[in-house]
Amino acid sequence: MTQPPLLTIILTPLLILALATLLTWVERRLLGLWQDRYGPNRVGPGGLFQAVADGIKLLFKQDWIPPFADKAVFILAPAIGMMTVMLSFAVIPVTARQSIADHLNVGLLFVLAMMSLGVYAVVLAGWASNSKYALLGGMRAAAQMISYEVFMGLSLLGVVMITGSFSLHDIVTAQSGLWFIIPQCAGFVVFLLAGIAETHRLPFDLPEGENELGAGFHTEYSGMKFGMFFLAEYAGIILVSALVTTLYLGGWQGPLLPPVLWFALKTGALVAFFILLRAALPRPRYDQLMALGWKVLLPVSLLNIAATGTVLMLHAPG
Amino acid sequence: MATIHLDGKPCAARSGTNLLQACLEAGADLPYFCWHPELGSVGACRQCAVRQFSGPEDKTGRIVMACMTPVTDGALLSINDAEAREFRENVIEWMMVNHPHDCPVCEEGGECHLQDMTAMTGHNKRRYRFTKRTHTSQNLGPFVKHEMNRCIACYRCVRFYHDYAGGEDLAVFASHDNVYFGRATDGTLENAFSGNLAEICPTGVFTDKPFSAAYSRKWDLSGAPSVCVHCATGCNIIVNARQDTVRRVLNRYNGEVNRYALCDLGRFGYGFVNAPTRIRAPLRVISEQQTPIPAQDALTRFARMAADGPVIGIGSSRASLETNFSLRALVGPDRFSTGQTRQEQTCTDCALSLLRAHPGAIPTLHDMESADAVLVLGEDVSATAPRLGLALRQSVRQPSFHAADAAKVPRWMDAAVRTLGAECPSALFIATPAPTELDSIARETVRTAPDNIARLGFAIAHRINPAAPPVPDMPDTDAAQADRIAATLVAAGKPLIVSGMQYGSPALMQAAASIASALATQNPAAGLSLVLPDCNSMGLTILGGLTLEDVLEKAATGEIATLVIAENDLSRRLDPSSLTKLKNDVPNIVLIDHTLTPLSRDAALVLPATPFTECTGTLVSQEGRIQRFFPAITPAAPVQAAWRWVRMLAEQISTNDETLPDRNPATDLRTWTRVDDVTAALSRACPALAEAINAAPNADYRADNQKIRSEPARASGRTVIRSHISVRDQPPPQNPDTPFSNSMEGAYSPDLPAALIPFFQVPSWNSGQSLTRFQQEIGGAMRGGDPGIRLFATPSDSPPEPPRTPDIPAAFTPRDDEMLLLPEGRLFGPEELSALSPSVAARSAADAPTLSLPAGTPYPPRMTLHLSDGPHDLATRPVTNLPDGIALCPPHMVMRAFAFPRTARLSPVTSAAAVTPGYAAPGHATPVTPSPLTPAPVTPIPVTPASGPTASVTPRRDRP
Amino acid sequence: MSGTLRTLFLTFLHAFRRRETVQYPEEKPYLPPRYRGRIILSRDPDGEERCVSCNLCAVACPVDCISLQKAETEGRWYPEYFRINFSRCIFCGFCEEACPTYAIQLTPDFEMSEYSRPNLVYEKEDLLISGTGKYPDYNFYRVAGVPVPGKERGESEHERPPVDLHSLLP
Repeated sequence: MTQPPLLTIILTPLLILALATLLTWVERRLLGLWQDRYGPNRVGPGGLFQAVADGIKLLFKQDWIPPFADKAVFILAPAIGMMTVMLSFAVIPVTARQSIADHLNVGLLFVLAMMSLGVYAVVLAGWASNSKYALLGGMRAAAQMISYEVFMGLSLLGVVMITGSFSLHDIVTAQSGLWFIIPQCAGFVVFLLAGIAETHRLPFDLPEGENELGAGFHTEYSGMKFGMFFLAEYAGIILVSALVTTLYLGGWQGPLLPPVLWFALKTGALVAFFILLRAALPRPRYDQLMALGWKVLLPVSLLNIAATGTVLMLHAPG
Repeated sequence: MATIHLDGKPCAARSGTNLLQACLEAGADLPYFCWHPELGSVGACRQCAVRQFSGPEDKTGRIVMACMTPVTDGALLSINDAEAREFRENVIEWMMVNHPHDCPVCEEGGECHLQDMTAMTGHNKRRYRFTKRTHTSQNLGPFVKHEMNRCIACYRCVRFYHDYAGGEDLAVFASHDNVYFGRATDGTLENAFSGNLAEICPTGVFTDKPFSAAYSRKWDLSGAPSVCVHCATGCNIIVNARQDTVRRVLNRYNGEVNRYALCDLGRFGYGFVNAPTRIRAPLRVISEQQTPIPAQDALTRFARMAADGPVIGIGSSRASLETNFSLRALVGPDRFSTGQTRQEQTCTDCALSLLRAHPGAIPTLHDMESADAVLVLGEDVSATAPRLGLALRQSVRQPSFHAADAAKVPRWMDAAVRTLGAECPSALFIATPAPTELDSIARETVRTAPDNIARLGFAIAHRINPAAPPVPDMPDTDAAQADRIAATLVAAGKPLIVSGMQYGSPALMQAAASIASALATQNPAAGLSLVLPDCNSMGLTILGGLTLEDVLEKAATGEIATLVIAENDLSRRLDPSSLTKLKNDVPNIVLIDHTLTPLSRDAALVLPATPFTECTGTLVSQEGRIQRFFPAITPAAPVQAAWRWVRMLAEQISTNDETLPDRNPATDLRTWTRVDDVTAALSRACPALAEAINAAPNADYRADNQKIRSEPARASGRTVIRSHISVRDQPPPQNPDTPFSNSMEGAYSPDLPAALIPFFQVPSWNSGQSLTRFQQEIGGAMRGGDPGIRLFATPSDSPPEPPRTPDIPAAFTPRDDEMLLLPEGRLFGPEELSALSPSVAARSAADAPTLSLPAGTPYPPRMTLHLSDGPHDLATRPVTNLPDGIALCPPHMVMRAFAFPRTARLSPVTSAAAVTPGYAAPGHATPVTPSPLTPAPVTPIPVTPASGPTASVTPRRDRP
Repeated sequence: MSGTLRTLFLTFLHAFRRRETVQYPEEKPYLPPRYRGRIILSRDPDGEERCVSCNLCAVACPVDCISLQKAETEGRWYPEYFRINFSRCIFCGFCEEACPTYAIQLTPDFEMSEYSRPNLVYEKEDLLISGTGKYPDYNFYRVAGVPVPGKERGESEHERPPVDLHSLLP
């Protein structure tokens, strides 16, 4: 395992932050595109600097902590959310060479662990706000994320079983012949859905549920603390997209184009798909969300493991 | 009680009423126009049609006019019957045929009975396509606006004005479709109740002219229950205000007092509260000009004055109990003067003790309406208590009611009862020196001097009760007259004696009281009513204090360092020479008043107080009714209620003056924070007024845990009305002295205590006719009970004092050299505050003061009247039947300080006398300053030193 | 499931549709005459103020942002002041609907932003225009049966001359 250059370590989080910021603008433009309008197009070329303007606005907003909040936890919560997402990127292999720790032998477990920790951000934010909407949002987030955590992990087992490794680098290289989306299509679907729920993106954004909870767990947040939740969410989208690319779509591999571009293309398409979901689908009821998880996705992922195992056993040498 | 069935629903109904009343009392919405609870039914408008069935088997029934059909037990009615509804809709469509398309520019709009009824019947589409009949309108003077096109010919106006109030100058003209309600020619409506036409008229034919000049829709007006301050009758009123100005005064029904009518003085006299004569800042004399100064500066000055020596307080009969009591608490009872002259105080004290000792009834105004024999002894009630005069006018109808009862005609069947009444003799006797408005309906009038009237009274008392002292030297004609009157009074079931202090003669009141008590020995219903001059004369008399003469004596001996005068213009009570002497004797005069008066020119300090429209206060009317008035406007600093100024003054002297009387902690005015504290202290300190605290619910009153809203729910402009000053929204002003919210937010229902009802409105009844929903029964008490607490409601339990042998005055003998000068009975002008109201000033300006002289002797057209302030050149007016040796002139209008009776010399006009200033219109008689903040030196009331050897004014007697 | 996918696909297809947005400051949309924008007070065809100060707009206003005071010259009512607080106005048009004389009208102008709230308080001189607005012909005083300068009693539309009270004719 080679030591990654210090520059990469410093640049990666900055790049992720920049991409997440940019993504806020991309999302609004894409939503506009699919809703027959323009979206932000006034600030800079094509509205590109809208994200910068929003950032400046958030930075200069009064950073207000409600007097009834648990101050320490209130401040800590967005930091946790941001940190866990950022750390997950450490093990993502962008290309065979561009990565911080893609050879980590428990890379996939590390990602799952970080994502699980991300629940704390939401739950603590909801609890520390000491407001009923925030608390309800936090409760929903906890239930939703812990539930989907279960079969997210289970859905990945198929990939791990085929590869025989938790290292993401190994997983990508194992797909040189066939992308795992073909043999693991069930796992792919389950993981994608679980990823949406993990990042509480539409249509599974019940923790935020504007129309019934105000803004859910971050109702009481303002200024840059709110901005951190916001950026963490967009970074989470990139993370889940990058993971899906890595685990099921062959990572950087592809003909003709350079590997970085392949990775960016696949990830970008998935991000666009995330946004399309938001543009197209309404939010389910909370019980429907939980029912989908426990009654459909869990059995599917278990069946997937069983099927993968059976196939592997039948084809096992000796 | 009978039971009627309204659309199948059984409802209780009072027997003896008509079906319309029964339906309204049952809460049903049945439209009507010509019926009025006080005027009865005439069936003129055909609007209240209902279907009546003769029995359960009768399925067809017949259409009847509800107002003309008596209630019968078990009557079956249908209001919702299709044909009856169509009938009513068609009737209103006919009425609307000629109605002009002008609701947007009609003052009645928004509180229009015609609008309500049109909506109620469902008529909403005009089918008539031909031309409309039009009428010319008339200028009816400064009070009432006339727009004849809006008329629906319900006849209510003439029925009120002519039949009820006795006005002769409003009538119906022309015929059929063209009937016209108006005067024969343009001109001011003469009757003192013309303003009621605005409320009586169901449409906008007659509207309130001063209100039109400062117009606001009813839904925008905030209301405050209040009490009229222009005479001692104590009529209940609603003061309507918007944007910190009073816009109008409306009648507020009190079943025992004013009921449905208010006199024009009360309705239009409020103008002084908006006048430029109002004091808006503390003033003090700087280089001979009254100059505004900061309140703190004024208080510091007072502290220095108080250090000079004793402080004496002078209260006022036009100020509330709270103002007078706070001043009394400041200076102590021994140094408090009532601000009345000795003569006034003797009269009011006499009135109070006579009323307290009276063994019979002390009737309310409503009781007076049912008196069946009335003797008015030396008081022109139409001028001094007009609403009482109107009640007496109704009492004359009692014989016709008895006749109607005998003929089995219901009393509300107005035309029939009035036809019967034409045959019935009146039982009203009037004994006054001068003609009065009631003369035309009196059975007998006696025109003689006040002393002779008193003698006649004593003679009547002696006829009724021989124990009463006889009157010596009665001429036979007078004795015969006394016999006739006594016989009628004794025969009556509910006799009433009315007198008063208009002529300044306690003997008159004693004579009246001795007749009443003589009657009461046989008939406990025998009533006595004594008319007092000012709105709180009775309260002030109960409170008690020094007379002005006592103050003058103290001042002459140098016992007074500072004189604090509350709401009293001494120049109306003291001769110019006495007043000048008082000013010279007293180093510091502090005046607390709301209006600039001639006195304020000389005050060292003038503090701006609130008139009755801006503070809470309690008044006692002449019938001993304690009533509370509430503010329609929350005053802006530094203007504040007089008692708050007194409290501030108390803080200035409490620390540095040991000469003040010991302070009773219960009445320590430094602890008072709101008006209820003052009233509570008053109730504790003055047992006779212990009930004052209960006159109305206090500021803590809440309905449904909310304050009462003083504006209708639909009041407009909340977010814009002051946005030209600041665009930020401000909460409505909070007033610790009222239970009202000063906004459209709060509780409101017909079940509120009657003393707290700020306006009358119920769903689909936006006009004043909604009153029926606020009454227990129509024409009866309010649902929350009639406001006010009576002091002498029950005859005193204590054994009546042994009747003091009254001083029977000697007969009046005319003198050759001098005339006995008596007050002319004039409603508009003499009263102090209303004279500052522009509309009342306009009304009285048309009628310059004259000198009325007996018609028998020829007098030149102008004569000079020599009074203590100099000669006055006046036009003379011959008055038929005025006794010889008596002259009349309007009080306070010729000479500002004017106490009656007095003798005065007359001389033909000489060129020298012609230059003396005569009458100045009331609007100019008091200072009119260009800006309330920078008052110019107060224009003096014309004061000419008594000049010439002939200027002899002798008070006829000092004490009775 | 297929429904969801279809929705996704159909939404995706919107990427190739024409955009509905009007690029406002550069491109002004057509606003119909009855658009509910800035409120004005109009004049009648004779050039007199139409507002008769009946207060119906004020009472109809759900946010209570209209205030006025009646004044009168020779029988003609007019507002002594007429004030609208546009920082409160919600442009619901109830005032226009309530107006019996077509005086108060909403116009297609909506560009009235200000940096300071007091500038949004419009007085009568800001509101009164010199035209008739949307209703060119209506004149309240020609219909209403009150005399005003230039129109004596009985000269309104559908009116007969005043009755001669002294006539004995039926």
